[in-house]
Amino acid sequence: MRKMLTIISNVLRGSASRNGARVVVSARTYADFTPQATFDIKKCDLHKLEEGPPLQAVLTREEGLQYYRTMQTMRRMELKADQLYKQKIIRGFCHLYDGQEACAVGIEGGINLSDHLITAYRAHGYTFTRGGTVREIMAELTGRRGGIAKGKGGSMHMYTKHFYGGNGIVGAQVPLGAGVALACKYQGKNELCVCLYGDGAANQGQIFETYNMASLWKLPCIFICENNKYGMGTSVERAAASTDYYKRGDFIPGLRVDGMDILCVREATKFAADHCRSGKGPILMELQTYRYHGHSMSDPGVSYRTREEIQEVRSKSDPISLLKDRMLSNNMASVEELKEIDVEVRKEIEDAAQFATTDPEPPLDDLCNHIFYNDPPLEVRGTNPWTKLKSVS
Amino acid sequence: MASLRCFLRSGKNAVSAALRREFHRTPPAAVQVTVRDALNQAMDEELERDERVFLLGEEVAQYDGAYKVSRGLWKKYGDKRIIDTPITEMGFAGIAVGAAMAGLRPICEFMTFNFSMQAIDQVINSAAKTYYMSAGFQAVPIVFRGPNGASAGVAAQHSQCFAAWYGHCPGLKVVSPWSAEDARGLLKSAIRDDNPVVFLENELMYGVPFEMSEESQSKDFLIPLGKAKIERPGNHITLVSHSRMVSLCLDAAAVLAKEGIECEVINLRSIRPLDTEAIETSIIKTNHLITVEGGWPQFGVGAEILARIMEGPAFNYLDAPAVRVTGVDIPMPYAKILEDNSVPQIKDIIFSVKKTLNV
Repeated sequence: MRKMLTIISNVLRGSASRNGARVVVSARTYADFTPQATFDIKKCDLHKLEEGPPLQAVLTREEGLQYYRTMQTMRRMELKADQLYKQKIIRGFCHLYDGQEACAVGIEGGINLSDHLITAYRAHGYTFTRGGTVREIMAELTGRRGGIAKGKGGSMHMYTKHFYGGNGIVGAQVPLGAGVALACKYQGKNELCVCLYGDGAANQGQIFETYNMASLWKLPCIFICENNKYGMGTSVERAAASTDYYKRGDFIPGLRVDGMDILCVREATKFAADHCRSGKGPILMELQTYRYHGHSMSDPGVSYRTREEIQEVRSKSDPISLLKDRMLSNNMASVEELKEIDVEVRKEIEDAAQFATTDPEPPLDDLCNHIFYNDPPLEVRGTNPWTKLKSVS
Repeated sequence: MASLRCFLRSGKNAVSAALRREFHRTPPAAVQVTVRDALNQAMDEELERDERVFLLGEEVAQYDGAYKVSRGLWKKYGDKRIIDTPITEMGFAGIAVGAAMAGLRPICEFMTFNFSMQAIDQVINSAAKTYYMSAGFQAVPIVFRGPNGASAGVAAQHSQCFAAWYGHCPGLKVVSPWSAEDARGLLKSAIRDDNPVVFLENELMYGVPFEMSEESQSKDFLIPLGKAKIERPGNHITLVSHSRMVSLCLDAAAVLAKEGIECEVINLRSIRPLDTEAIETSIIKTNHLITVEGGWPQFGVGAEILARIMEGPAFNYLDAPAVRVTGVDIPMPYAKILEDNSVPQIKDIIFSVKKTLNV
């Protein structure tokens, strides 16, 4: 009976998408599934906080499908980038995010697009959640004119509205993020800034300088340490005297969050956002997560960790699988439905990759542009005294 | 506002200026203003003009500024717009850059540019390069200002000139004012500029008064960045300089004039963009060039100027090789006699002029 209904609903849904048919058709499929469910989530370890995020999260079907689609898109996008890099179509630095999808998508679920976010160089996922399209992200990786930075930035320098990159210098993005938070407070728009860094960066001096000023001035800043256990090839035990990154803010309250569970990340982010918006100042979150790839494409990722470890995380803690299992076992979606999303995502990535490999490279006239903003055109010296190039804003 | 300006103005003109002001309500014709006061007034006016402008740095607020350049501003504008920072240059420079990215227009003060070395990554990698890396998406309208170069008796770690270091980097504008008029007009332009500007002041010039024309006291008096000024016209030789060394060039020119040698003294005003055209035009007239700077010779501002002249049309007009007068290539010593002999003196400029002119 159920199978028959599913077939009917698929057929009807097919026709619905063709001619934009009415709600009553989807209500048929909708009635099949649980509209929302409540899930138990792991308790967060707390530092200088009386209470933490709730121990349960409500997930609606719509949210679940959207999170699934977003995470799957990010996953496939990164895997496609891996492929293109091995084909030498992407060059230079390429730091992949697969395994950590729940962080980016969960964080975005806890804030608004009108809030601000800055991260380090493992930034493709965030560029996507902050509004960049797969097409323009991939075309930036392949260095084409259709790239999100017109091919001039590359993997580590992608920007969108209220997203400040993509930053290559480890730790430098943290003071920048606090500066964005200062601007939020100054301009009184009740916006906040999410400021991300890794376990490797967590030992940087400028981060402690930032903790101090953010706390003194009560900046609306959520500091988030994405702890994927390895700073390049150095494990956290070998790099940090204290690996309790959520406590490293000392006077800043902190929480340690399961970064592989998107609901956990989302609830923690909402909790942190409330803290900031209520004027209490900064807060720190440590997301315990994992990257499947090495540090970058030039790192196989198995010289400092075992294949068994990677495999174990993949089989037991994969963020996409966790969400999928939750939704299926609570009848919030069907296997076919999710497979269909997979197919659509695959197609989207293929199209984007196609664009990224066929779009032309930036024109040479663009070489010297974008030095200064809002300035009259200026002359730039070329490689020799006779070559004078033009630069416009 | 008017009374504040009067209060700040140094010297015996203060009282008469105040009296004149009560009656006429317009700025007096020409008046003596120190470089410090010119900077102060420029910041005051720009803070008033644009809500997004704010000042941060060590001791800028309640202490009135380590060198009193921001005197009175905190009292007038309060904690929100004049911010005292802890002694954490890398952190607060980064915070300033982030604030600029998110829509504000910060003035980030380094107590001296020696300390900017701690924050130089934020100036170059986060501020200067971002507009380019983002292909025009993300502008960074920020001013980094503070005293640069040698002072008096502060020894090696506090005396370095950073004009060449910052002047090296595309994406930055680098400005080096000399007079009070320079300070006022260039700082206003820098604050209104939508790009990162490194504004190199000089501690020894802060207390020096200059006559300021009526025009230069207007609230919208701006000096364009990237344009040099001929402070003294002449026919026999071109002296190109910036910041405090302009004073020495003018003093040397006065001495040389008595011997019939007329020097044309060019005040660069900006290190980047460098006004090559002004220098070339002058050389075409005088046929001789000397650059004068306080910084070290190797890879310095003078080195760049000479290279550009070699590569350009003015080379054909030189009757003698162009030379540089620079600081001595050593860390700055402490003892007065050693320090005095580590930077160009008037006699060094005169000597070099005569050697170049072969007299």
